[in-house]
Amino acid sequence: MTDHTDAITTAHDEAWEARYQRTAFLVMMAILIVLPAVVYPVFLMKALCFALFACAFNLLIGFGGLLSFGHAMFLGMAGYLSAQSAKVWGFPTELAILTGMGAATVLGFFAGLLAIRRQGIYFAMITLALAQMVFFFCLQAPFTGGEDGIQAVPRGKILGIIDLTSNTVMYYFVLAIFTAGFLLIHRIIHSPYGQVLKAIRDNEARAISLGYRTERFKLAAFVLSAALAGLAGATKAIVFQLASLTDVHWSMSGEVVLMTLLGGLGTVFGPVVGAFVIASMEHYLSELGAWVTIAQGIIFVVCVLAFRRGIMGEIEAWLRSRRKS
Amino acid sequence: MSEIFGVPTQALFSQLLIGLINGSFYALLSLGLAVIFGLLNIINFTHGAQYMMGAFCAYFLLNKFGLGYWWALVIVPLAVGFTGVVIERLMLSRLYKLDHLYGLLLTFGLALIIEGSFRHQFGSAGMPYSMPESLTGGTNLGFMFLPKYRAWVIIASLAICLGTWFLIERTKLGALLRAATENPSMVQAFGVNVPRMITLTYGFGVGLAALAGVFAAPIYQVSPQMGSSLIIVVFAVVVIGGMGSIMGAILTGFGLGVIEGLTKVFYPEASNTVIFVIMAIVLMIRPQGLFGQR
Repeated sequence: MTDHTDAITTAHDEAWEARYQRTAFLVMMAILIVLPAVVYPVFLMKALCFALFACAFNLLIGFGGLLSFGHAMFLGMAGYLSAQSAKVWGFPTELAILTGMGAATVLGFFAGLLAIRRQGIYFAMITLALAQMVFFFCLQAPFTGGEDGIQAVPRGKILGIIDLTSNTVMYYFVLAIFTAGFLLIHRIIHSPYGQVLKAIRDNEARAISLGYRTERFKLAAFVLSAALAGLAGATKAIVFQLASLTDVHWSMSGEVVLMTLLGGLGTVFGPVVGAFVIASMEHYLSELGAWVTIAQGIIFVVCVLAFRRGIMGEIEAWLRSRRKS
Repeated sequence: MSEIFGVPTQALFSQLLIGLINGSFYALLSLGLAVIFGLLNIINFTHGAQYMMGAFCAYFLLNKFGLGYWWALVIVPLAVGFTGVVIERLMLSRLYKLDHLYGLLLTFGLALIIEGSFRHQFGSAGMPYSMPESLTGGTNLGFMFLPKYRAWVIIASLAICLGTWFLIERTKLGALLRAATENPSMVQAFGVNVPRMITLTYGFGVGLAALAGVFAAPIYQVSPQMGSSLIIVVFAVVVIGGMGSIMGAILTGFGLGVIEGLTKVFYPEASNTVIFVIMAIVLMIRPQGLFGQR
């Protein structure tokens, strides 16, 4: 799916890449730590949840070459389970989030078992259909509260000590979760497992002939991606004290594709940038109603026709070319 | 009143009828998707939006220009099909050398634009489309009441499906089309204008979707979001049938419509999800789909 073919990298290039990654990561963290002083923290928390969601999605498409059009099912399902366990079962916050994440992981395992039986376009259609099935389940199941969702979910206290009612405290808690997820993805991509995954993305037949059980690698990628999407969804439900049908709807699956595509498929920082751009667009244009949908559609079309590397993809390409000349 | 498995026959047959109606929409739409996929290798996500455009177009012809249902049946597929031709020429044709997934993303974006624009213009509420007078009323068959319009939709879409099948599988033009699906550059070497064929094929598939929209207008409310939830079900239908064969798309479409209708009678809670469940089962047993080839 990614446009660029990795050129032969020398040790020198690798050192440069590592330095670039480290600098970019530090810049990102610095911005995220300072940002709540200037921007409304509730909006930032939403953007951070979407950013983690998009990073999880990007793990699958950018490094596994699998386009899932049903990732909302993990975000939404984890949200419902985390809200239910925090509100009805009285779980402490961190356990509620883990419960939601666990639900998404199990769902990801079964959805993945089915979806990886086909590739490419079929994979996208199957994940979309499975997500729609989950949507109807959530619409009808008694515990989800139908159109109302689960409301007034308590935020609780971290480890029973730090109260999360304050938005600022909550923000840094979300930031910690995001950072952990982000670093985990970074670790996965650069592990031997991640290298095999990239090999499968680029040439599955060759990976099979080298003796890799590619379907296991793909399933693992799917489950990991689902779990991290679930982490984002579970956190989001706690932050907004609400789990609703919006998060399981197919348009959410489309939005995460859009965030990742706009930020740059297969780049490490692209999904974060894309998530912040799309979240601010929704936040600041929300009174324009249907125009948001139209704008999203236009961004899709422009990205596909003329801007396939996305924001971070273009920036990274520019940095590389500047270094070469 | 007679009963079958504890269900009154009247209810059973009326749900079967609704199932057949839904089935004709599934068949028409998955047929269009299969025709487009065969030649363009693109899954047309805009299909649902184009179906909706068809219904809206019929609504406008009636309420702005006073042109009735029968006119709409001719004009709407041509008009919406023409917008398809424009989309193919301007956008899709630039993507054929890239990964097929970009086609999916582009058509998804177009679907958002079209749906958003219609929602902006007309709001989310549905608008009624009055049935043509010659098709109102119905006949009592003894075991059930058969509304004329519904019978017409089933027969007409069956005829169109079989006509398309005949066109593609049994005519010279269809033979060229199938040859171009197998090996476009070879067919081009024989002097056939393949790019034009691709453009017209996309227009034809889009026209089919629009025609389904006209059929749907008197039954369902005409609303901007009428296509988006339908298209996801149709995707599942396509996965179940496999996109290899035209007849497969038709049979799966009608068959799944009937199964869905029966589910509404015997286990209504599952009627929304039954097609997705069948998809999951088919994927486990026969991943390439019932009529698909490896």
